[in-house]
Amino acid sequence: MKFGVVIFPGSNCDHDMIYVLKDIMKQDVTELWHKDTSLKNVDAVIFPGGFSFGDYLRSGAIARFSPIMEKVIAFAEKGGLVFGVCNGFQILCETHLLPGALLANTNQKFICKNTYIKASNSNSAITKLIKKDTALKIPIAHGEGRYFADSETLKTMRLNEQILFRYCDENGNIGCDANPNGSIENIAGICNAKKNVFGMMPHPERASDTELSNTDGKIIFESILANFN
Amino acid sequence: MKFLAEINVMPLKALLDPQGKAVLQSMHNIGYKTVGDVRIGKHITIELEADAKEVAEAIIADACKKMLSNQIMESFEFTIKQVK
Repeated sequence: MKFGVVIFPGSNCDHDMIYVLKDIMKQDVTELWHKDTSLKNVDAVIFPGGFSFGDYLRSGAIARFSPIMEKVIAFAEKGGLVFGVCNGFQILCETHLLPGALLANTNQKFICKNTYIKASNSNSAITKLIKKDTALKIPIAHGEGRYFADSETLKTMRLNEQILFRYCDENGNIGCDANPNGSIENIAGICNAKKNVFGMMPHPERASDTELSNTDGKIIFESILANFN
Repeated sequence: MKFLAEINVMPLKALLDPQGKAVLQSMHNIGYKTVGDVRIGKHITIELEADAKEVAEAIIADACKKMLSNQIMESFEFTIKQVK
């Protein structure tokens, strides 16, 4: 599978993502600069974490208008797989490829720590292989990760099974104590109605290498590959 | 003609504004006991050329909807005046 990783000025998790896709998952990876106007025939487009354009105005608000985004929107509309992590998730929400928005964490702090998340279903390309009720330990690192969508949007998302990950404790219990940033309904990751555009705040690429003593995130990449094959 | 737009972008009233809450708490702590609510947004000024005020208003309204605010979480308002 050929992955394209989109890089903006201020992206800083791009090389972690490339390393995991290329060296751990053994896939082809192409770097896509935000000013590129071709997706170079990739099978999936990945938006890594970071601080695109310094998070000026709002996280992802300026990146959303980079030249490559027109191609990404067209790719997504044709059913192409698009996956954003952290700032990548914020960019996809700003682009309206994903519903909702990411607000400042309730505690006003940048939070960098391990969290646990649980997949709500295995009916999507990024959750396909995740067993029911498994709590995955995956780190977060963000200041604006409080997921919000209005009640009508949330209702539609629930009906369409678009809520993919919720923050939980290590035993898989979803509650306020396990919610690191104030996200509505503990939401940590979602997809669009067509289930080809995905976004999550936790960083699976930081939990995919045995050298880091945590490979809980690897199953998300394995799911993407299993879905493609 | 040259115009100056002054735009206020505010978090939606229905949403928690943690920045405003932190400032409110601090104001109470230093003695401003009568302060009831604080909300913090952005103030943006833009200079632009347009043939008429209505044209300038239409451009700014469009920019607010498209880029300067995210209407899922923010509201905006603006004033426009002609400048020399």
